[in-house]
Amino acid sequence: MTDKPDYEHAIDVQQLYKSFGRNEVLKGIDFHVDDGEVVCVIGPSGSGKSTLLRCVNRLEVPTKGRVLVEGVDITDPETDLNEVRSRIGMVFQSFNLFPHLTVTANLTLAQRRVKGRSKADATQCALENLARVGLEDKADAYPAHLSGGQQQRVAIARALSMEPDLMLFDEPTSALDPELVGDVLEVMKTLAADGMTMMVVTHEMGFAREVGDKLVFMDEGIIMEEGEPGEVLSNPQHERTQEFLSKVL
Amino acid sequence: MKRTTKTRLTRGVMYLIFLAAVAALVLAADWAAIQKAFFNVEIAKDAFPDVIVVAAKNTIIYTAIAFAGGMVFGLVLALMKLSPVAPYRWAATAYIEFFRGLPALLVIFTFAFAVPIAFQWRPPGGSAGAGLLALIIVSAAYIAETIRAGIQAVPKGQVEAAHSLGMSGSWTMVSVVLPQAFRIVIPPLTNELVVLIKDTSLLFIAGMAIQEQELTTFARDSVSSVGNSTPLTIAALMYLAVTLPLTRLVAYMERRGARGR
Repeated sequence: MTDKPDYEHAIDVQQLYKSFGRNEVLKGIDFHVDDGEVVCVIGPSGSGKSTLLRCVNRLEVPTKGRVLVEGVDITDPETDLNEVRSRIGMVFQSFNLFPHLTVTANLTLAQRRVKGRSKADATQCALENLARVGLEDKADAYPAHLSGGQQQRVAIARALSMEPDLMLFDEPTSALDPELVGDVLEVMKTLAADGMTMMVVTHEMGFAREVGDKLVFMDEGIIMEEGEPGEVLSNPQHERTQEFLSKVL
Repeated sequence: MKRTTKTRLTRGVMYLIFLAAVAALVLAADWAAIQKAFFNVEIAKDAFPDVIVVAAKNTIIYTAIAFAGGMVFGLVLALMKLSPVAPYRWAATAYIEFFRGLPALLVIFTFAFAVPIAFQWRPPGGSAGAGLLALIIVSAAYIAETIRAGIQAVPKGQVEAAHSLGMSGSWTMVSVVLPQAFRIVIPPLTNELVVLIKDTSLLFIAGMAIQEQELTTFARDSVSSVGNSTPLTIAALMYLAVTLPLTRLVAYMERRGARGR
C-alpha cells in the first residue's frame, strides 16, 4: 500500500470498559491492530476476549472508552454504524448462517440490501468468494446440508462478499469436530497471506504461532501480556500466562 | 407370582374393563331413537345443496376473512409488543390481554348490537360484517402472541450475523427474522385457524340473513323448521371434513419439525 491512510491503526481500542449489570467484564483495555496485521487473542473462558471482539463492531455496546475502526469512533452515536459494520467482516463460533436461504442467497443478501448491488453482480461476487473457500459446488445447497466446517467456510465467504477491510473471528473453530478444523484454518491462513487485517479470538495455539503477527493474552478483563506469538508462547513473562499455557499446550 | 405374569394379568384386566364399558354403552343406547333424530336420510337430502353452496361456503369465507385480518393486525401487534418504544409495548400488551380475557361471543354481541346503538355507526357488511370485525379483533390478539413467540424463538445469532453484515434493523427483521419466525409458527397458526373455523359459529348471535348464514346458523334454523336434529349431524360432518385434515397436518408438521432441527 503506497497511500498512507488517514488513521493510525485499523482497530484502536482505548481505555475500554464493559459491564454486564454489576459484572465488569472488561477493565480498561488498550489495544490496537494495524493494517494487514493478524492479531490473535487467547485466554481462559470468561476472560473477556470475545466481549472485546464484539465491542469492535458494537455487537456489545461499551460502557466506557473509545473504539476506533479505521479512525471512525464506533461508540459515537453520530457514526453510521451499518456503514462501518459493512467494512468489518465477522465470523462467529456458531456460524450463524441464515438457514432459510441457500448458500448463494446467504452471500448475496447483504450485498444487495446494504451495498445495493444488482442480483447479477452480487451473485458473481458470491461465486468468486465461494471458490476462494473451496465450496463453489455448494452454491445451491442449504446450510443444514453442509458439515460444520463447510458452514464455517461459507460464513467466511459471506463476510468476504462484503469486501471488508478487516475481519473479526470469534473462536471460529471451537464448535467444529477436530477433523474439520484444518480446512477452516487453511482458509484463514490464505486470507492472512493475502494481507487481510484480522483479529482472531482462538484456542488454536498452532495457528497463532504460525500465522499471527501479535499474540494477546487476556485474563479477568485485562490484557496480561502481548507480543510476538512465538515469544509469548515459548517464553511467557506473566505468571497467569505461564499457568494458562501450561494447561492448554 | 412372576413379574411378567403380573404385568400380563394387569394388562388383561384393563382390556376387559374397556370392553365391558363399550358393551354397556352399545346395549344402553336407544339406537332407533338416535337414528330417527340424527340420521334421517330424507331430511339430510333436503339440506343439500344449500348446506354446501350457502352454509359451508360462508363458513370458509368468514374464516378466510377473519384469519387474513387477524394475521395482518396480529403481526402489527407482535411487532409493537417487541418495540423498543415502551408505549407501543404497553398498548399491545393491554390490547392482547384485554381481548384474550374476554369471551369471543361477548365481543361479537357488542359489535353487532351495542356499538351501532352507542356510536350511531354500523360496521360495513351488516350483521355478518359486524361479527367478522369482532372475530378479527379477537383473533388478532391470539395470533399476535403466537407470532411474537415465533420471532423470539429465532436465535439471537441470526440478528447479530445480519447486523455484522451492516444490515439495518428493519431489513434484518424482514429478510432474516420474519421468514424464520413464520416457519416456526406455521403449526401453532394452523391450530389458530382451526379454532377460528369453529369460532365462526359464534356469528349466529349477530343474527344473519339466509344468504349470510354459516354452518351452525344454517343447521340451527333447519332444526327448528323441520323438527329433526339431522341438520346438526350434517353440519358436524362438514366441520370435521375441514378441521380433521388440518389437525392431522399440524401433527405431521410437528413430527417433521421435531426431526428436522
